[in-house]
Amino acid sequence: MAEYQEYLDFLCSALAAHNKKSLVLTEDISLVADIGLSSLEVMEFIEKIEDHFDISIPLNILPDVNTIGDLAKKVRELNL
Amino acid sequence: MLFDKFQSMASFQADLAERDIAPFGAVTEQILSATEGIVQGKRVILAGTNNYLGMSCDPRCIRAAQQAAEQWGTGTTGSRLANGSFTEHQALEMEIADFYGVDHAIVFSTGYSATMGMCATLAGPGETILLDGDSHASIYSGVKQSGAEIIRFKHNNPEDLAKRMRRLGDRAGNALIIAEGIYSMLGDVAPLKEIAAVKREYGGYLLVDEAHSMGVLGETGRGAAQAAGVENDVDFSVGTFSKSLGSIGGFCVSRHPELEAIRYCISAYIFTASSSPSVVASTREALRIIGAQPELRENLWNNARHLYEGLKALGLGVGPSASPVVAVEMEDRPATIQGWQALLDAGVYVNLVVPPASPSTNFLLRNSVSAAHSSAQIDTIIAAYAGLIENGVISPDKKA
Repeated sequence: MAEYQEYLDFLCSALAAHNKKSLVLTEDISLVADIGLSSLEVMEFIEKIEDHFDISIPLNILPDVNTIGDLAKKVRELNL
Repeated sequence: MLFDKFQSMASFQADLAERDIAPFGAVTEQILSATEGIVQGKRVILAGTNNYLGMSCDPRCIRAAQQAAEQWGTGTTGSRLANGSFTEHQALEMEIADFYGVDHAIVFSTGYSATMGMCATLAGPGETILLDGDSHASIYSGVKQSGAEIIRFKHNNPEDLAKRMRRLGDRAGNALIIAEGIYSMLGDVAPLKEIAAVKREYGGYLLVDEAHSMGVLGETGRGAAQAAGVENDVDFSVGTFSKSLGSIGGFCVSRHPELEAIRYCISAYIFTASSSPSVVASTREALRIIGAQPELRENLWNNARHLYEGLKALGLGVGPSASPVVAVEMEDRPATIQGWQALLDAGVYVNLVVPPASPSTNFLLRNSVSAAHSSAQIDTIIAAYAGLIENGVISPDKKA
């Protein structure tokens, strides 16, 4: 099973298309506050992740997801 | 500070007030008929009331309400579990169950509490709910309270639902699937035939919110599930009395006898006063009328097609097919507000819908049609939109 870093790398790579501010994407970068994703863009991004890993990400976990690292940890847990 | 989070809404309100526009909470000063009223001092055609069959002003319903108020008083002053269960409430529960051809029904004080209450109660911690992404706020509010795992599937996309049911594995058999009959903002109908097929393949339970489809779709007006021929696959139908029945209140009906036990577990049912007897009486009368007069649905659909085709011919961005809800897509918030006000000035009241009330990022001028509209009134509504195009308020070229 993939390690946290692999999930993180994948998410950073998938977020490149949304990275309009050309930030250096690390685990501490916030999806909304830093990258500026709208709520709709967050949901579209989540769908992309779900299809890639063939998982469903419950809405319940989203309030705990702020940074790319938070999401990488949750996706890893769901994919175990 | 406690109030900081409301600042953006306060700014929006201030902006509207400065321009003397009040689309949210526009005050109706007088109701002249099911389709006409005085709104903000103007005589207007009501084209945004969800009064699909015109029942709110039917003399028979009004008389039933008057008689019930005289017989029972103005309110019950209590919960159904305490002093608030009158024979009227029980009769309505029997009648709505009969209407749906099932044995069990619960009547709620509002449609919102019916949907929210059922969604909050049916599934709990350790269980899973799959809901359509464009679900109404009452559904989101309910599932949030439930403690269940909440999974969203793409709007009106049975393939996406199937994919997510497959991912659940053995848990799919106990999952609760939630869809609506007609979606309130765009008027699009759920593919219930396909959704029911997914349920048959993977198991689970299906709840359908028929708030905008009861009285509107189906051979006898039971809604979208009846129209799709999948009523046997639906475990729970919820709906409202505040649209096609012209009063207020909500319901859940089911063939499952367990509904009688569930009733006593729903906070939204237990901890609120029951509906006023006059409301229940007018609802009962409206239910009787829509059962006896199927031509009301025919009138509604004639008017719906008339408005839809008229707006489409103007080049406006409307949905893929005719529906009693005809939403015109707008470019942005300022254009939507300006269009709303211009329609009111032209004598037509519609609903202004902006995110987050709208699905996705849509800005909408939402029209709802009634069986009680005359053909001439529909022509007037279409002419009002044409006037907006002529005056450059909206453009048919892209989104309106």
